[in-house]
Amino acid sequence: MSFLKRFAENRGALLGLVILAAIVFVALAAPVLSPTDPWATQGRPLLPPGSDFVLGTDMLGRDVLAGIIHGARISLWIGVLSTVVAVVIGVSIGALAGFFGGWVDDVLVRVVEFFQTIPSFIFAILLVAILTPGLTSIVVAIAVVTWPPIARLARSEFMSLRSREFVEAAVLSGVSRGRIMLAEVLPNAVSPLIVMGSLMIATAILTESALSFLGLGDPNRISWGYMIGAARTVFRQAWWLSVFPGLAIVLTVLAINLVGEGLNDALNPHLKGRIGLER
Amino acid sequence: MRQLGFLVGWLVKALVVVLAITILNFLLIRLAPGDPAIVMAGEAGAADERFLAQIRSDFGLDRPLLVQLGIYLKNVLTLDLGQSYRNQRAVVDMLFERLPATLLLTGSAYLFALVFGPLLGAIAAMKARTVYDSALMVVALFFYATPIFWVGLLLILVFSVQLGWLPPFGMQSLIPVEGTLARTLDILRHLILPAVTLGLFYVAVYVRLTRASMLETATLDYVKTARAKGLPEWRVATAHILRTALLPIITFAGLQAGHLVGGAIVVETVFAWPGIGRLAFDALFQRDYNLLLGVFLLSALMVVFFNMVTDILLRVADPRIGSRA
Amino acid sequence: MNAITTTQPLVSIEGLTIGLPFGGDRARAVDAIDLSVHRGRVLCVVGESGSGKSMTAHAIMGLVPRPLKVDGMIRYGGENLVGMPAARHRRIRGSRIGMVFQEPMAALNPVMKVGKQIEEVFRFHGVPGPHDARIVALLEQMGLPEPELLRHAYPFRLSGGQRQRVMIAMALALDPDLLIADEPTTALDVTTQKQILALLKTAQAERDMAIVLITHDFGVVAEIGDEVAVMQHGRIVERGLVSEVLGNPQHDYTRTLLAAVPRLEPNPSTKPAGAETLLSADRVTKVYASRSGFFGPRREVPAVTDATLSLARGETLGIVGESGSGKSTLARIIVRLLTADSGEVRLAGVERNLLELGHRELAPLRRRVQMVFQDPFASLNPRRTVFEIVAQGLLAHGTGRREARRRVEELLDLVALDPAVADRYPNAFSGGQRQRIGIARALALEPDLIVADEPVSALDVSIQARVLKLFSDIQHRLGIGLLFITHDLRVAAQVCDCVAVMQRGRIVEMGTSEQVLFEPRHDYTQLLIDSIPGRGMLSAHTGSRAK
Repeated sequence: MSFLKRFAENRGALLGLVILAAIVFVALAAPVLSPTDPWATQGRPLLPPGSDFVLGTDMLGRDVLAGIIHGARISLWIGVLSTVVAVVIGVSIGALAGFFGGWVDDVLVRVVEFFQTIPSFIFAILLVAILTPGLTSIVVAIAVVTWPPIARLARSEFMSLRSREFVEAAVLSGVSRGRIMLAEVLPNAVSPLIVMGSLMIATAILTESALSFLGLGDPNRISWGYMIGAARTVFRQAWWLSVFPGLAIVLTVLAINLVGEGLNDALNPHLKGRIGLER
Repeated sequence: MRQLGFLVGWLVKALVVVLAITILNFLLIRLAPGDPAIVMAGEAGAADERFLAQIRSDFGLDRPLLVQLGIYLKNVLTLDLGQSYRNQRAVVDMLFERLPATLLLTGSAYLFALVFGPLLGAIAAMKARTVYDSALMVVALFFYATPIFWVGLLLILVFSVQLGWLPPFGMQSLIPVEGTLARTLDILRHLILPAVTLGLFYVAVYVRLTRASMLETATLDYVKTARAKGLPEWRVATAHILRTALLPIITFAGLQAGHLVGGAIVVETVFAWPGIGRLAFDALFQRDYNLLLGVFLLSALMVVFFNMVTDILLRVADPRIGSRA
Repeated sequence: MNAITTTQPLVSIEGLTIGLPFGGDRARAVDAIDLSVHRGRVLCVVGESGSGKSMTAHAIMGLVPRPLKVDGMIRYGGENLVGMPAARHRRIRGSRIGMVFQEPMAALNPVMKVGKQIEEVFRFHGVPGPHDARIVALLEQMGLPEPELLRHAYPFRLSGGQRQRVMIAMALALDPDLLIADEPTTALDVTTQKQILALLKTAQAERDMAIVLITHDFGVVAEIGDEVAVMQHGRIVERGLVSEVLGNPQHDYTRTLLAAVPRLEPNPSTKPAGAETLLSADRVTKVYASRSGFFGPRREVPAVTDATLSLARGETLGIVGESGSGKSTLARIIVRLLTADSGEVRLAGVERNLLELGHRELAPLRRRVQMVFQDPFASLNPRRTVFEIVAQGLLAHGTGRREARRRVEELLDLVALDPAVADRYPNAFSGGQRQRIGIARALALEPDLIVADEPVSALDVSIQARVLKLFSDIQHRLGIGLLFITHDLRVAAQVCDCVAVMQRGRIVEMGTSEQVLFEPRHDYTQLLIDSIPGRGMLSAHTGSRAK
C-alpha cells in the first residue's frame, strides 16, 4: 500500500492537514485578509466579541481578529525555521556519534546529555533575554534547546543501521564513508526523523508562544503568545483577549500533531495495525 | 558497595553539571552585547560609575578571561552567586527562600502526572479501539497541544472567577489563617490549580506514551507465553504488559524533568506562586541577570536531582539495569 | 501399534480451517486439516515457513490472533476447543495443555524472576500455596543447576538452553495431557538441542503425555517423533509413522524436503592439488573489552584466541562452531570489518600484514575479498534497486555506468536471476532470491576470496540446497577461495574441502572434511557430530533421494 493511500486512510491526519492548510493560507494571505496594521487602534478598547469586531478589541482598542490573522505568520515561521535549524544540528551530531562510535560517540553523547539536563525553557529565556528579543534570537534559542532529542534519535538510527549487513557490504565494496552515511544510511533513517521533525514544529510553536507570553517575543511582530501575555492583567474582565489567541495556538499545534502522527503511521506501517492488547 | 558507587556517580554528575552550567553562564554574560559589568548591573544603577567599579573588581573583569572564569568558578563553588543588584541582596539567599514553594509545585505536578498519566494510558490501551479509548486520546491530544499558560488562565476563569471554588493566585490567603492544619489546608487549596495546570500537559504526554508502549509490549513473545500459561487477561495486562511498558515511561519522565522546571516559570507567573519561577520572571523584567543566572543554575541542579530519582526508580523497576556487566 | 489406533485419540482435529485477512497471499492459513494425537505419542508437524504449522498449534491453544477466523473441530476431553468460551479455554491452557515457544530469549518476561513466572501457573490455576518446594523440584527435574538459587534469577542471567528448560518447566508444571512445542530447539545450538530433545522425551515418558512438536527440521522429526504430518500451503500433504514417511515418502513435496536435508556424508574433495596459498591467518587474537558504568570493572571477553588457518585458491574452508564460538568475529577480522588485537592475516600478492593496514591502504584491496551475509533481509539496502546494490562496488571502483549495467546483467544471469529484475527493489524478492542478489554483489568485483557468514541458515531447507549448489558451481567455475562459516556440520560436509572447528574462540581441530567429520580427533568435534539430530535414521535413507 502506498504512502499516500495509508495517509489518506487516517481521518485524523486528513483533518489535521485541512486545518493546517487553512492556517497556512491565512498566514500567507494575512496582508490581504486584514490589510490594516494589527498594532493600530481600530475602535473603543475592550469591546466584547460581536459588534463591529468579530472577536472584540483589546485594552488599546486593537482588533483581536487582525492580531490572530497576523500572528499566524510569526508562529508558523518560527516553528518551521527553528525546527529546520534544530534538525540540521541534531542530525549532524547524532549521525556522527552513531556512525563513528568510539570516543567520538562518547564525547558527543556527553554533550547531548548535558543539553538535555539543562532546563531548556529557562535556557531559552536566558538566551533570548541576553541576545535581546527578536526573530533571530528566538529561533536560535528554540533550536538550541530542542536539538538534543533529534540528535539522540539520529544517533540510535545511525548506530543500528551502521552495523546492518548492507552497510558492511558497502564498506567491503569500497564505497567511501561519506557516501555510506549519506546514500546508504540516511535514506533508511529519514522517516522517523521526518516524523519527529514534524512534531517538533508543534513544540517550537508552543515554546515561542510561552516566550512571547513572558514578553520575550519579537517586539515588531504581533504573535499569539504576546496577545495573551499582554492581556493578562485584564483577562478576568475580558476573557476574549486570552481565549481566542489561545484557541489559535491549540488549533495549529493540534493540526501539526495530527499530521505528524499520520506521517508516522504512514511511514512506519509496521507500528500500525496493532489490534489492541488482546492478541 | 554498589549503592555507594551509584551515589558517588551521581555526585560527580551533579558536580560536572554545576561546572558546565557555570561556564555556560559565564559565556552567556560575555555573549551579551556591551560591557559585562553594565549587563550584570542591569537596570540597577548602570549609570553609577562607583557601582560598576565595584562589580568589575568583584568579578575581576579587568583581568584576563581565564582568571575571570577562575574567580567565577570559585565563587559559585563557595555558594557565592553574587548580588542581586536590583534587590540589594545575595542571590543565594533569595533562591533558597523561594526553593520550597517551587519544589512543592513541581513535585506535586510531577506526582500528579506520573500517577494519572500511566493510569489513564493503561485504561486506554486495555480498551483500545473503543469509545473510551478514543475519548481519552482526544482529550490527551488536546492537552498535549495546549500552551500551559493558557490552561492556567482558563482554569482560573472557570474555577476561580466563574465558580469561585479555588483561589486564583498566591500560595496563601492574604489574611493569614491560624493553626498549622488550617494553614496546610490553605496552601493545598492554593496548590491545586497551579499543580494541575503544570501537570496536565505531562498527564497528556504519559497517557499517550503509556498507551503506545503497552500496545507495543502486547505484541512481544512473552505476553503470548503468559496467555499460554492460562493467566486471566487482567493479570496478563498488569503483571506482564504494563510492568515492562512502564520502563520507557520512567526513562522519559526523567528526561522531561528539565521541562517541568521550565514550565514552572510560566505557571508561577500566571498564578503569582512565590517560587523561583516567579522570581525569574521578575528578574527578567528588571534585567537582573545575576539573579537569572542563579535561577538557571539552581534549576539545573533540580533537574539533576529529578534525574537521580528516576534513575533509582528505574533500577528498582528493571533488574537488568545496573546488574548487567 | 494396533493399540494406538484403536484407543481414543487425546486430541483430534477435524476440518480445521483458519482464514487469513483479505489481501494475503492466500485465503487460508490452514485449510481443512485433520490430525490426531494419542497419549504417550509424539506427533511432529513439519513444514517450511508459512505452511500453517505454527498457526495450527496456536489454534489448539486458542491463541490465534484476533482478526483471523478459526473453524472446524479440535476435540479434546469430549469438547470442541474451537469456539469454546474464553474463560473455559483459559483454564485448560497451562494446566491440561502446555506450550513451549521458539525463542527462549523473548518468551520469558525479562523483569520477572523465573521462579515467580513458574509460580504464576500454580497460582492462577487454583493450586494452593506455598509453591516453593514444587518449583524447586520442577527446576531440578529439568536438569537446571542450583534450582534453589536459580529460581530467584531474572531470565537475562540464564543461557538460552537454561531459559528453554525454564519454559518447559512452566509448561509441565501442572502435568498436562498435551505439550505443544513450537520449534522449541530452532534457536538453540546443536548440542543444547540434543539435550532439550532428550529432556522432552523423558518428561513425556514420565507423564504418559502427548506432544505435538512443530518443526522445519526432519532431523528433529527423526530424533523424537512417533508420527509425522507434512504441511504445505496450509494443507497436510502426507501423514504417517515417522519410520514409514522417512523411509518411503509418498508425496513429492515430502521427497523434496527430505532430499534437501543436508546429510553428513563425505564430499569428495575437489581441491586442486598444489594450488598456491591465497589466505593465511596466524595466531589471530581478539578480546572484547567492556566496562559496566563509569566506575565499573573492566571485563574482558576473549572472542578469538590464536586462530591459525590457511586457504588455497579454489578451495573451500569451512569454519564450524556454535554461537559465541568466535567464528563470525574471525570472519569479520579476515575481511577487515574488524581489526584484531594481535596476529597476522596475509593475502597472496600483498606484502604486508592486512591487520596493519589503515583505511586508505585497504581501499584498493577491498575488491579482492568480498562477503556474503547471513540475513537476506538485513543485507540488502531496502531503498536501493538491485542494480544499485550489485553495482555499488563497480561504481565505487570507477567502472562506468553502462559497463556496470552490462556486468550486473551478466552477474544476475550467473546467479540464475532474470536480468530484467535489476530495477526492482529488494522487497520484491523472496529470501532465497535475495541471497542470490547478495552473491551477485560479492562476485561483482571478481574477488579472489569470498567469506560467506552462515549464508543459508536463514533459508528454508529446500532453498538452502539450491543456494549451496550455486555456491559450489560458481566457485568451481571461477576458482575463488571460499571461507564458509556455518554452525551446521552437515552443510560444511557438503561444500567444504577442509573444515576448522571452533570452540570458545579457539580452533580445536582442523583438517580435510573427511578427516574431521568422519575420524574426529577432538572430543568437541565428536560431540557436535553426535548432536546432529536424527543422524542414524536419516543417513540410512539416502537411497530415497529425489532427483
